[in-house]
Amino acid sequence: MPDIKVSIKNLYKIFGPKGESMVQKVEDGATKTSLQADHKHVLGLNNVNIDIPARRIQVIMGLSGSGKSTLIRHLNRLIEPTAGQVLVDGEDVLAMSDAELRDFRRNRMSMVFQKFALLPHRTVIDNVSYGLKIKGIDKAEMRERSQKWIDRVGLSGFEENYPAQLSGGMQQRVGLARALATDAEILLMDEAFSALDPLIRKDMQAILLDLQEELHKTIIFITHDLDEALNIGDNIVILRDGAVIQQGSPQEIVLDPADDYVRDFIKDINRARVLDVSSVMEAGSSDSGLSFASDTILENAMPAMSKADVSSANVTRDGEVVGMVTLADMIGGIARPESHEGDQVTYR
Amino acid sequence: MELFDEFPSMGRTGLRDLKKGIDFAFRDFSRENGEAIENFFDPLMHFMVWFEKLLLATPWPIMILVFAALAWLGARSIWVVVGTVASFLTIGWFGMWEDTMATVAIISVATALCIGLGIPLGILMSRSNRMQAVVTPVLDIMQTIPSFVYLIPVVMLLGIGKVPGLIAVCIYAVPPIVRLTNLGIRLVDKEVLEAAEAFGSSYRQKLFEVQIPLALPNIFAGVNQTIMMALAMVVIASMIGVKGLGVPVLRAVSNQYLALGLMNGLAIVALAVIFDRVSQEYGKRLQKHRQGGHGA
Repeated sequence: MPDIKVSIKNLYKIFGPKGESMVQKVEDGATKTSLQADHKHVLGLNNVNIDIPARRIQVIMGLSGSGKSTLIRHLNRLIEPTAGQVLVDGEDVLAMSDAELRDFRRNRMSMVFQKFALLPHRTVIDNVSYGLKIKGIDKAEMRERSQKWIDRVGLSGFEENYPAQLSGGMQQRVGLARALATDAEILLMDEAFSALDPLIRKDMQAILLDLQEELHKTIIFITHDLDEALNIGDNIVILRDGAVIQQGSPQEIVLDPADDYVRDFIKDINRARVLDVSSVMEAGSSDSGLSFASDTILENAMPAMSKADVSSANVTRDGEVVGMVTLADMIGGIARPESHEGDQVTYR
Repeated sequence: MELFDEFPSMGRTGLRDLKKGIDFAFRDFSRENGEAIENFFDPLMHFMVWFEKLLLATPWPIMILVFAALAWLGARSIWVVVGTVASFLTIGWFGMWEDTMATVAIISVATALCIGLGIPLGILMSRSNRMQAVVTPVLDIMQTIPSFVYLIPVVMLLGIGKVPGLIAVCIYAVPPIVRLTNLGIRLVDKEVLEAAEAFGSSYRQKLFEVQIPLALPNIFAGVNQTIMMALAMVVIASMIGVKGLGVPVLRAVSNQYLALGLMNGLAIVALAVIFDRVSQEYGKRLQKHRQGGHGA
């Protein structure tokens, strides 16, 4: 069990003048719709419980209006909750005084925004050093550290440009560098790549994974794009109407969707890129001479089998054979599960 | 149907007593406190006298050089500088140098005072909706009430002279800078503000690093408007003893001197155009970072 960095416990957010008094009603079973209709309050988050492991990428996913941006803003208290706890390293963020909270935001948690949120009147390097300036770090060190991150995200040579002179992808690199420059252990990314073109988005995902390989930050990444979630997430939480519907690894979500909402989410994804051989293996062993490590994804395993002209292969874990897979297993695995009779997913 | 023929008024005696009551109360107030208030404004008056003397005592070629340099610093345009120099030379040639310097003096002090009072007030107004609800109607009154009406209590309190003139100019000229500071800060991109917050900015850091810089184009539009409105008050201010281009205009009106009125009027226009061009060009340069190669 990895150590838990951020723990969200029984978190409620109800927008409206008398939010506190509505918590009980939600606990008693009021839904987003009924709360809106009967009490004119908007249910933002409904009893959210998530444990976020350290040094991993935790994706929080949902359609717009599902409360994911509201949720991430509770972690650094840009939004105050109606009830509940947010623990970071065991410390309750919601109990912090203003000064403690500022200190926390300066040193322990930084954030990347969907629309970049750069200072338009500052150059790239001044934007990257923003967090350091707030911390009161001296000028020479500030420049040096900012320069390092500018180089790291591939913006060398653009230090003296203004944000408006850069493309969207480049602007978000500035946003990323700004967040990384403070050396906070936790990085919040609120739909950070959603405003970018698909190609640039892939690019940014690659940059992020690349950086994560050496930085090992605790990254909390909000997205509405399942492909993105599966690509970068070590763990995924799916939100709907402010409540957690399912959490687990990408494989768990693809193999065992909790309900129709999730099923509908995953129906168009490339399953071969998510599932690994261990998820479709059966008992026994194969004498084909081919073997795969258990975390080999089907997309890589299948062409290898076809190339070797075999129809089965061993699955190994730490060098030991733990089972076998057949082509038939794999094809079965990537086939979209049939929807049951009367499965009708409706969204509002 | 008497009620419909005549408006039911409070009656002549009642009305007279009410007016008298107010007048006497204010007169007593000004008798008691007039001196204290005058003393309070004394440093301001000495400064204004000193500043006007400075402008007049400085040899005119140096003054023109100073104006040209300021125009260049503000507008960075050779044409604005040429226009400025030409205007001041013409003004001097037509014998209006002294009055113009007096006007420049009061406009500068009034603008500085309006900025000093107006920007902080605008910032306060942007912090709270209640403050905005209170200040907005006051500003509306300041801009619409006929100047002569507030000249009466000002003159009763402070007599005639530079300070009451300055106060009258400021009452009329301060609203735009307050309004535009408030508006500018309220229009600052919410996401950028949220980012500042997320990185742990303190209240001051947010204000000085983010809100004021991003509101600056609007604040500057306010400064420009304030200067223009201060110039518009020059003639009225001259009625209560402020020296400057307003005095000959006033004399021209009462004696039907067409040429005198026209010349001094045009000198005011020339000042207005110079101030406007310089401050607008400066405001535009503040926004240079907004244009980029990409239209993002």
